[in-house]
Amino acid sequence: MYKYDQYDQSIVDARVEEFRDQVKRRLAGQITEDQFKPLRLMNGLYLQLHAYMLRVAVPYGTLDGAQMRMLGHIARKYDRGYGHFTTRQNIQYNWIKLSEAPDILAELATVEMHAIQTSGNCIRNISSDQFAGAAADEVADPRVWAELLRQWSTFHPEFSYLPRKFKIAVIAADEDRAAMRLHDIGIQLIERDGVLGGRIFVGGGMGRTPMIAPEIKDFVTADDLLSYVEACLRVYNRYGRRDNIYKARIKILIHELGADEYRRQVEEEFVAVKALGLDPPKAEFDRITKMFAPPAFAAVGPQADTAPNPVFDAWRAQNTVAHKQPGYAIVTISLKPTGGIPGDATADQIDVMADLAERFSSNELRVTHAQNIVLPHVAVSDLHHVWSALDAAGLAPANVDLISDIIACPGLDYCSLANARSIPVAQKIATRFADPERQRDLGELKLKISGCINACGHHHAGHIGILGVDKKGTENYQLLLGGSGAEDTSLARITGPGFSEDGIVDAVETVTNVYLEKREAGERFLDTYRRLGMDPFKEALYG
Amino acid sequence: MKLLTGNDLPTGDVIWWTGNGWSRHVEDAGDVADQGESIARVEEGARHVTGPYVIDATMTAEGPRPAHIKDRVRALGPTVRPDLTLKPADPTAGSWVI
Amino acid sequence: MDKSAMSIGSDEPAVTLDAFLEDQTNATAVRLEAGEDARALLPHLDRIALVEISFPSFRDGRGYSAARILREAGYKGELRAQGDVLVDQMLFMKRCGFDSFAPEAEIDAATLEAALTRYDHVYQKAADGQVPVWKLRHG
Repeated sequence: MYKYDQYDQSIVDARVEEFRDQVKRRLAGQITEDQFKPLRLMNGLYLQLHAYMLRVAVPYGTLDGAQMRMLGHIARKYDRGYGHFTTRQNIQYNWIKLSEAPDILAELATVEMHAIQTSGNCIRNISSDQFAGAAADEVADPRVWAELLRQWSTFHPEFSYLPRKFKIAVIAADEDRAAMRLHDIGIQLIERDGVLGGRIFVGGGMGRTPMIAPEIKDFVTADDLLSYVEACLRVYNRYGRRDNIYKARIKILIHELGADEYRRQVEEEFVAVKALGLDPPKAEFDRITKMFAPPAFAAVGPQADTAPNPVFDAWRAQNTVAHKQPGYAIVTISLKPTGGIPGDATADQIDVMADLAERFSSNELRVTHAQNIVLPHVAVSDLHHVWSALDAAGLAPANVDLISDIIACPGLDYCSLANARSIPVAQKIATRFADPERQRDLGELKLKISGCINACGHHHAGHIGILGVDKKGTENYQLLLGGSGAEDTSLARITGPGFSEDGIVDAVETVTNVYLEKREAGERFLDTYRRLGMDPFKEALYG
Repeated sequence: MKLLTGNDLPTGDVIWWTGNGWSRHVEDAGDVADQGESIARVEEGARHVTGPYVIDATMTAEGPRPAHIKDRVRALGPTVRPDLTLKPADPTAGSWVI
Repeated sequence: MDKSAMSIGSDEPAVTLDAFLEDQTNATAVRLEAGEDARALLPHLDRIALVEISFPSFRDGRGYSAARILREAGYKGELRAQGDVLVDQMLFMKRCGFDSFAPEAEIDAATLEAALTRYDHVYQKAADGQVPVWKLRHG
């Protein structure tokens, strides 16, 4: 994985001192809250329902054991003993003091971490495939391009006051494990005639007006990438709407101009920008690529002779997938215990995961956009040991991609933007479907809950989506069906009138029963819905 | 009744205007009537509060009860972590929010 | 530090873009509002001494693109950021090619000095000639 050199480190260290100075000036009254707010947002610090919330960046979801331990340390020393992993592969702390934020950033900087641009109207954390570097189906490691983009976007002088936030995702396989088409810019690495390049999609997003990004450029090579993305951003910075916060994302600009006109403007800008020599030389690309070289895989040892264990077997079947290296596996650690808070981990659990990464996963972990953690390089012969340690720490629910592997935003329990609580709904649904056999029978079922229209829970991309709304001062929940954030990207559709908190749990059960009743061989819930359409589900819900 | 609330600038703690100062407990909140905006301006200028705003509330036996669930969550703490609220030992505290 | 000392070069009042293009073709100072197209000035750059770019709100980042576009096209005159210009944005403004500032509010000289000298390194090539990190790495 990427390691800082003295330049990277000096930039992060200077940022810490800059923010320390800005906080000092704010506390002394030399700048107003209105002037300070964008500055603290660009350091990931929100003023939330209970306290300040700090969002620490995990670049493209990748971190090592020492960094993970630091996240646990921050939770213990500055927060209340836990952290929340997010749908953008970052981590959030909910109980931060402004006065301590500079010290937190200083500690993070000692392990090459920061909270730069995790909020604000700027380019956010570049996200990627949580299986990068381990999956057999990737054409190259997408994180090399993600790292190039991270550096290019950090403190970009022209693009720090955009009309709105800007999110970029990079993948490198046909299977989309990062919801790439639902980003402002999505890049899929492909090979054409032996040359590596990216397909560029621009204008995706969720929120109030979900849209799937159209393809704007079919092939860009690494040596044109930054100039091309620069051109895309410049057109947005100049022409994105600034009159209405709900119409300010690039998806609205592309929708209003049309993809063809946007493309034309970008191509025109690209010609001008390319001549400026903004693109780093191939030597820089190669330098970064070397850092993402696969770990030295040990020769596969003999399988340990362990007693048959159906609990371990179930976990292994559900939570691990084959690695491109024979004898290895990719492990997903589920942070979704039944009745727990999706995506939360205690400082102790964080330490357990750090330890396992160091001992069993070439010292590497990933954060997934489904709010789980991945150990990317585990020898099959170590799986039982890893599982035992996870199980002892409450980190082994065998439910990845099943109905209880819920994505849920923090909702009204934590977030000042929310209209309704999302976590209790997630807990009730997971409890209703607690029986592991029942979950396995239902199969792959991606259920996503957002507590407001900002859609941080990605409900538009849920096979089953739930949106919390404020109905005359009472919490109410809309049910949506048929969304997908994978390569078969689709936006979920609302079923009809909303439900109470208990009603939505029953509604979820109702639609899963329709699926069980009507499914054909091999169909997931999503497939049955796509085959039959909304009618049978609507009929069962509303009569 | 009208309450004035906001966050403490250096710590982020939720605070409530009592009538002559700020408290972390909504039980101490006083009715600001139509003075909320002007008190907010003065207090924000003096950096005693950040992000102040006025809310509706009703007076009950247990003290002022914010009209909107969001402010009740702010007043107590997350309903899903009773141990992190202002009343961790009270098992019924959450029902006041909902 | 008073406001006039921060500007360098021309003190001629700037005409609007429309006026410059239509009647005031001999003016040497032009003002661009936030949404106006800097490229409209490209055919005339060699006879302009000052372009003033408006920042109606510090959140409105269009001026940064306008500035870079002018510098990229070879504009060598004074490029002034005017309006809601705050010390915490001035480093980015400099990097985009601004060389003078007309902020509405007072700027503290010490804070400005600290802001402009805080970062030894930058990741991107921009309009200020600063050498980006990738070039330092590979020459």
